[in-house]
Amino acid sequence: MSVMTYIGAIGAAQREAMQADKRVIIIGEDVEANVYGTTGESKQRAESGDFVEQFGKMRIRNTPISEEAMVGAAIGAAMTGLRPIVDLSYSSFLYMAMDQFVNQAAKNRYMFGGQSSIPVVFRSAMFYGLNTGAHHSDRPYSMFMTIPGLKILAPASASDAKGLMRSAVDSDDPVLIFEAVPLWGQKEEVPDEEYWVPFGKARIRREGSDVTVVGISGSLPLALQAADAMAEEGVSCEVIDPRTLVPLDSASIIESVKKTGRLVIAEPAHRTCGAAAEISAIVAEKAQPYLKAPIIRVTALNMQIPFSPALERHMYPTKEKIIDAIRKVRGH
Amino acid sequence: MTSRPNLPTETLLEMQRRMLRIRLFDERASKMVKRGYIPGTVHTSIGQEAQVVGACMALRPGDHMTGNHRSHGHPIGMGSPLGPLMAELVGKATGVCKGKGGSLHLADYAVGSLGESGITGSSIPIAAGAGLSAQVLGEDRVAMCFFGDGAANQGVLYESMNLASAWKLPVIFLCENNHYALSTPAHTVTGGRIVDRAAGFGMPGVRVENGQEVLDVYEAVSEAVARGRRGEGPTLIEVMTYRFREHSEGLRINIDYRDQAERELWLSRDPIKMFREYLVDMKRATPDEMDALEAAIAQEVEDCATFAIESPDPDASVAFQDLYSDKYELEDVL
Repeated sequence: MSVMTYIGAIGAAQREAMQADKRVIIIGEDVEANVYGTTGESKQRAESGDFVEQFGKMRIRNTPISEEAMVGAAIGAAMTGLRPIVDLSYSSFLYMAMDQFVNQAAKNRYMFGGQSSIPVVFRSAMFYGLNTGAHHSDRPYSMFMTIPGLKILAPASASDAKGLMRSAVDSDDPVLIFEAVPLWGQKEEVPDEEYWVPFGKARIRREGSDVTVVGISGSLPLALQAADAMAEEGVSCEVIDPRTLVPLDSASIIESVKKTGRLVIAEPAHRTCGAAAEISAIVAEKAQPYLKAPIIRVTALNMQIPFSPALERHMYPTKEKIIDAIRKVRGH
Repeated sequence: MTSRPNLPTETLLEMQRRMLRIRLFDERASKMVKRGYIPGTVHTSIGQEAQVVGACMALRPGDHMTGNHRSHGHPIGMGSPLGPLMAELVGKATGVCKGKGGSLHLADYAVGSLGESGITGSSIPIAAGAGLSAQVLGEDRVAMCFFGDGAANQGVLYESMNLASAWKLPVIFLCENNHYALSTPAHTVTGGRIVDRAAGFGMPGVRVENGQEVLDVYEAVSEAVARGRRGEGPTLIEVMTYRFREHSEGLRINIDYRDQAERELWLSRDPIKMFREYLVDMKRATPDEMDALEAAIAQEVEDCATFAIESPDPDASVAFQDLYSDKYELEDVL
């Protein structure tokens, strides 16, 4: 095992995928210079990043700032033999390519009766909580969950980020991986050998019997901290990380709720039609008789994100808000 | 027509066959819309056959192309059999897309047709991507996207042209300028000439003034294809043509947005009639041989309609297949 950061794990997965298969390429803005640290060992000062030296400019390419063409070309390349990884940097930039995501990536396989496979990975980073203002702070994964045909990943730890990234590259379907930038520096032990984390399998981060807490993306570490705090009060929380939102391991969540009878869901996306809303609906449909209290969602508000640190800190789930929710579902 | 590449007679006859297939297929489809066999509507390529076939026949097996909303002709131009295409228009199990695409979303991977797009301009970057894969994999193939004068004003075209030029991708951007985006005359919503936009992206721009001459189109596209195969990058080709029928079948527009004299001029330039005369004049075929060729295609189209009508409906389960490549729980998607 080695200790890796979340962002380092993404970079390691990209390197392994590039080594494993010549059909894998990485395109995006500033990928040659390794600006974000996922296309090279370190943020070195060099003429070219070390991925460029290792794999060549044919397979690591800076793109123009043209999200629609970049995404569309990656889809077309995937339909004709490559397995591209597209680095879209900020998640807000996905909107520039919405037609390609919705009308091409998601629909082509279905619409053409299964003739096409579209093995392409779209990486984007959610820079929320970092005072980047309304245009750079979006957490839009739940918007994309509503589009059948896409697979949506939201890793919350280094080891999952690496293993999910490998599975994403190997998937024959378009995959969107949403990285939580507040977690980029978080470290975790990661196996030294290659491994793949399967889609649709939640990770039980902590077993417990009183309350089920589902933590998504950047809210997962907060859910774990809240569970630690509640343990000191004698409350046993089961903390679940779904890891992949499409497909979603609803069975593991339902199983847990049957045991605890209480559910809190925390996520950094907007409240309306969010992942938490979807999970709430699934549990209400399938496990309502087991619920001893109403479900509580701890999410970002349906509000835009302000710039000032004094304002932005109020916008997202916190450990304290999750603790309050846990207390509430226990009737306190 | 003056000097021409010395193409084998069989190639020339195949051009005429494919143009006829498009004409008769679309005429038949139009009737089948009226009679209720084809649900929804269709957009015919009648009048534009030379532009479609001249371009498609400049490609070879292994090359790729993407289409647009007026795109029955593109797979036919690439050599697709007619039965599964017509069955797709009718929505049958034997359709080329199992009945899930329909007129606006045909695709036939067997002939390099990566799919049409009902969204104007949306399939353009897909072709750029097919050019990218050819370049990265070192494969000697090119990709072509067909789009209209309407799509020529979509931003994605210029993003794609820039990308293809910067990366020297083997892509042919083929603008089918039929002069109207539905009822809107192209010149009223287009600044300058479409072909001149190529210069801004550092690529050759070629305008085929008479897109009704199949060999004019074939020559222009062949040169662009050769450039692409040589690794010299993309080309923009604007082909001037005209659709003989309404934007879509059954559409009634109450203003006469097309000038009568203009329409008559273009109707007199029927690409199929002109090419038949050329083949006979050049002694590549006798009138009798051309009659026989036309009768054979008419029979093919008749057969494809019968095949489509007699084919079974798709099983309901088909509606729930092909969303993802691997197994997924229906419960998760329903």
